[in-house]
Amino acid sequence: MTGSSWPLYEVFVRSKRGLNHVHVGSLHAADDETALRHARDLYTRRNEGVSIWVVRSAHITASSPQEKDPFFAPSGDKVYRHPTFYAIPDDVPHM
Amino acid sequence: MSTGNAYEALNDAAGDARWAYGTGFADPLAGVDTRLPDGVDGADLGAYCLMLGDDALVMSHRLQEWVTRAPELEEEVALANVALDLLGQARLLLARAGQADGSGRGEDDLAFHREPHEFRGVLLAEAENGDFAHTMARLLVFSTWRLALLDRLRASRDPVLAAVAGKGVNEVAYHRDYAAGWVVRLGDGTALSRERMAAGLAAVWPLTGELFAAHEVETRLVAAGVAVDPAGLREEFGAVLRQVLAAATLDAPPLPVPGAAAGRSGEHTGALRDLLAELQGVARGLPEATW
Repeated sequence: MTGSSWPLYEVFVRSKRGLNHVHVGSLHAADDETALRHARDLYTRRNEGVSIWVVRSAHITASSPQEKDPFFAPSGDKVYRHPTFYAIPDDVPHM
Repeated sequence: MSTGNAYEALNDAAGDARWAYGTGFADPLAGVDTRLPDGVDGADLGAYCLMLGDDALVMSHRLQEWVTRAPELEEEVALANVALDLLGQARLLLARAGQADGSGRGEDDLAFHREPHEFRGVLLAEAENGDFAHTMARLLVFSTWRLALLDRLRASRDPVLAAVAGKGVNEVAYHRDYAAGWVVRLGDGTALSRERMAAGLAAVWPLTGELFAAHEVETRLVAAGVAVDPAGLREEFGAVLRQVLAAATLDAPPLPVPGAAAGRSGEHTGALRDLLAELQGVARGLPEATW
């Protein structure tokens, strides 16, 4: 198969039990409408989704790996930003 | 879901519901009464299930032939999904056929161990694929017709047929939408895509007459409230096709004249024989194989 000339799209799916859309992958499509169709066909085949977002990959501005340390390291030692002084009840999972 | 604890509701571990993805699969025949309805001839019902099942099985196989050959990976998966939907319908219908006619044949027996003249599908399904535009023309015609049929079949007196139709309506509505999108895109596209779309439609159109011809089994089952009268689908079919073709800026051919129910009577073309040679080859060559 030759390289696709169609633009790349990123796909976000909200699952039945999920509260927000999660990035699940990417695909090529001729336009926005077919991107949505392709996303349905590629990423919700196992009954996963209730809502799909697609966006042209070119429209996403991402942080670069080179900036990783200046971007994220400064928050690494600020433990006081977590509310660790609260007592957690026993029946609260996943904290 | 009422629990005393909001976190429990989010963390419901019962059954497969703990999975965030891919849950809630439903058996389309769950709770359906599989006994034959009163006053319905089992042989007729079996034959009718074969007709609708063979349409789906053979059409599914034609679409599967695109796998590894589609113009784009995304389209390949889309075509395979449509094929899988139809295969699922075929399985339920063939299983019902073997049960209703009293022969006890399973879905595999009926799919893999019948000869071409024992198949009851329409010629539209078995014709060669042609190019992508040709395939989209065929899929649009097939799913427009089948959607109209399944929509009415939901009121069938046979609870299994009604359940299969209920499941199939959503599937085939998507197939029709998918095909219509491509017919519009190609018809109203470049000079080359338009030419190919028109050629695909012209190749498919002569096969549409058969879709509206009633076989005697269908006529008897329509009277019994089990089957759908194919003649009654013609108007809706014509209206949908006119709408799609207008959007595609293509000329709508005149409504098809009901032809002879050739495929329903077991009269097929060489295309079906070749298709079955591939579809049935493994099962016949390795009769002990399981999968």
